[in-house]
Amino acid sequence: MSGFLIILLVAAIYVVLYQVSRSSELIASIQGEEKFDKKRNKILAWSMLVVFAAFMIGIVACHNYMMPLMAPEAASDYGVEYDSMFVVTLVITGIVFFVTQALLFWFAYKYQRKDDRKAFFFSHSNKLEMIWTTVPAVAMAVLVAIGLKNWFTVTSEAPKNKMQIEIVGKQFNWISRYPGKDGVLGKKKYTLINDKDNVLGQDWTDKTNLDDIVIPTGEIRLIKGKPVELIIGSRDVIHDVGLSHFRVKMDAVPGITTTIWFTPIITTAEMKQKTGNENFVYELSCDQMCGKGHYSMRAIVIVETQEEHDAWMAKQQSYYAQNHPEAVPAANPGAETTQPVVDSSKKITMK
Amino acid sequence: MSNEATLHQEIHTHHHDHAHHDHDHGHDDHGHHEHKQHFISKYVFSMDHKIISRQFLITGIFWAIAGGLMSVFFRLQLGFPEDTFPILEKFLGDWARGGKMDPEMYYGLVTIHGTVLVFFVLTGGLSGTFSNLLIPLQIGARDMASPFLNMLSYWFFAGASVIMFSSLFINTGPASGGWTTYPPLSALKEASMGSGLGMDLWLVSMALFIVSSLLGGLNYIVTILNMRTKGMSMTRMPLTIWAFLFTAILGVLSFPVLLSAAVLLLFDRHAGTSFYLSEIYIAGKALPNVGGSAILYQHLFWFLGHPEVYIIMLPAMGMASEILATHSRKPIFGYMAMILSMIGITVLAFLVWAHHMFVTGMSPILGGVFVLLTLLIAIPSAVKVFNWLTTIWKGNIRFTVPMLFALGFVSLFISGGLTGLFLGNSALDIHLHDTYFVIAHFHIVMGISAFFGMFAGIYHWFPKMYGRFMNNTMGYIHFFITFIGSYVIFWPMHYEGVAGMPRRYYDYSSWESFKQFAELNQMISVAAIIVFFAQLLFVFNYFVSIWKGKKVTDPNPWKANTLEWTTPINAGHGNWDGEIPEVHRWAYDYKDNGEGGDFIPQNVPLKDDEKAH
Repeated sequence: MSGFLIILLVAAIYVVLYQVSRSSELIASIQGEEKFDKKRNKILAWSMLVVFAAFMIGIVACHNYMMPLMAPEAASDYGVEYDSMFVVTLVITGIVFFVTQALLFWFAYKYQRKDDRKAFFFSHSNKLEMIWTTVPAVAMAVLVAIGLKNWFTVTSEAPKNKMQIEIVGKQFNWISRYPGKDGVLGKKKYTLINDKDNVLGQDWTDKTNLDDIVIPTGEIRLIKGKPVELIIGSRDVIHDVGLSHFRVKMDAVPGITTTIWFTPIITTAEMKQKTGNENFVYELSCDQMCGKGHYSMRAIVIVETQEEHDAWMAKQQSYYAQNHPEAVPAANPGAETTQPVVDSSKKITMK
Repeated sequence: MSNEATLHQEIHTHHHDHAHHDHDHGHDDHGHHEHKQHFISKYVFSMDHKIISRQFLITGIFWAIAGGLMSVFFRLQLGFPEDTFPILEKFLGDWARGGKMDPEMYYGLVTIHGTVLVFFVLTGGLSGTFSNLLIPLQIGARDMASPFLNMLSYWFFAGASVIMFSSLFINTGPASGGWTTYPPLSALKEASMGSGLGMDLWLVSMALFIVSSLLGGLNYIVTILNMRTKGMSMTRMPLTIWAFLFTAILGVLSFPVLLSAAVLLLFDRHAGTSFYLSEIYIAGKALPNVGGSAILYQHLFWFLGHPEVYIIMLPAMGMASEILATHSRKPIFGYMAMILSMIGITVLAFLVWAHHMFVTGMSPILGGVFVLLTLLIAIPSAVKVFNWLTTIWKGNIRFTVPMLFALGFVSLFISGGLTGLFLGNSALDIHLHDTYFVIAHFHIVMGISAFFGMFAGIYHWFPKMYGRFMNNTMGYIHFFITFIGSYVIFWPMHYEGVAGMPRRYYDYSSWESFKQFAELNQMISVAAIIVFFAQLLFVFNYFVSIWKGKKVTDPNPWKANTLEWTTPINAGHGNWDGEIPEVHRWAYDYKDNGEGGDFIPQNVPLKDDEKAH
């Protein structure tokens, strides 16, 4: 019932507005259309200046509000390049933006209808067309040049001293895998997957699998200053590894392996200090629509020093050992501390 | 041939009626409502392009309201993730038990919002409406080349609409994989509830829509090429017609590719094929499909998907050009450059699709090529902007409602176009991809800006469609709220995107990197709701003005040059009562006519000393 009343009320508002608008048209016809139109045209011309001023003030206000909320400085070497390219693009497009918007609103105001004005019959000028074809072309050439340079950097072969980490998406969480002592990620086959003791479908006949470490929360631990190559895959639908602090992103596609590499340059601890935020944490977000839990597909990325990383690594037990305790000699250390505790993605209540 | 015959017969009767009525009632009361034609054949299964254009427009308006309302619902969730809204339960029922929207429904609404706004409103409602209305009227033809196919084109669209709408009411909900419906998510019913029956209905509906669009497009091309009146050479056509021509060419060449994508997806869903599927483990079992490529679908989808952007933009550009010139009382600046830039856009539109796929792991060389081609398309777009600015420069501007919307169109096109230079550059896209920066970019440039072109067109040609004006005051209110509101909604989203905030998230509150935007998201939601209600103002104005608007008394109320204004105010089927006028000059002779007027219509012969443009 109340819903019905609300609809009635809204409808009534529209009717009132319409009647008021109609009466203003009536006033126009009483005052004389011509005179009324002229007056209105003048007011609307002025409104162009007002709208432009409000637009510019709004941009500044928005900028001031947003800047403290933005992500901190880039945390990878590529990110630094990225940010400087972003600024160059912003300056070029910014100039074009302000000049064209200013001209648009200024012309609109300046050339409002006047009785004594005759519009200037100006149908074409090849010279002008040449200028404003060439200038954008040059600007584009600059942007393409910078862009391709960075693009070929970020898509180049990862350097030899890289570390490799596999990250696999599934509905709705990430699973990460470290190559273990042999530095090799073992072979997988999707038909071998089972959620009980082989979440990635590792092929146990491949001996390089036996020391691989699997983290079911997808936590990624990177080393400051050491290039990392992410080997990306998916078990079910398309996901996307989004690492906004490092300014990179790559799809996780079932049936296809993709990679991306970068070098982290700021540790999590350092970033906590820089931002003054004790809770700061690098996050890995899923950036490709993957189903109803898409928004909760979160993993933590930790950037640490080599020593910290080694200490953590020493405590890990291989996935194979965890699931085949009978096959592993008792010498394996730290078997009781295998599971990382952090799993904030689980906190989100899912339907 | 039989169509032609019916048409001529009809015109004949009409002419007769008209002559008769002129005696009795004077000018604005034409006899066409007293036709022998039955209501059904006149207004429902009509073959008159003017009626068909209204059918497209009103269907488009229906979808715009539905799609807009969906955005209000999901903005409530985004702005107020902690709160509950009883109104959601009223509309969505069990999908929002207790007033809290279910994530499945959230994604369903996002998906259908995107689909219907892009295809049903800004393609069917925009190009369908104005190509139909203006092509015959502006080139001087009695109707389309095939009025029958034209009628079919609308009814396929109507069928597509019914199926899409019905998908909202089924048990498993509508398609919910985003408007791009990437497989495997959209291919496997295990992957999401919306990938069940809802996805089948989506595919069937889109297939029908594609048929509609092809029937329409072929008709537009043939009509423009073959049915121009005497003297209407290609370079005398208004830019609207050029725009509709390129729009139709784009559609005819790219929509079939989407159809193939949809058919292959249907096979993968029901026939056990593996076009898009490979090595998938889902719902506790490994699927047998191997060897397909999920990326193949994206290539097929975007081969239409990107030209689709220009299918939306070109009609808006054409109409804005026409309206800016008419209301500035100046010729469009650089007519040939405008046509050349449209050709440039049309050709390049086919060569940039993979810039939507920079982060799919594609070959870097291929990515590089697409960066180059994508940024190239900025050049013709820039040329168009400079030409519009020069068109109003030293004009004599009348701030009518259509003129304001055309100016707003240019402003939005600049703002949204420039951010394309960030996204088209793969090195920058690699961070911005699928964030709110993308949302801001495409909503401004092909959502709002195309809507502004459409609004400009509706306010400008409403007198031609209905013989009445829309209410000005309401039009002005509509313009200012929408223009300012759109920037308020979408401008801050650029910042969210730069901060990496991903699109298509149901809730950001558990993300350390994005939760600081909660207050902003709330503000955006409030602005979106206000702008939505301002659009209802337009809808109200539109429908009331059909019957109550101020009557048009001058057949050429805007003092424009093009041929549609030489028809009677309420033209019947066949458009002109007598002979079709002959054209003697281009569409933009806004200059001294020697008798104190500032325009010379296309059907006025050149004076002895006058040089043709």
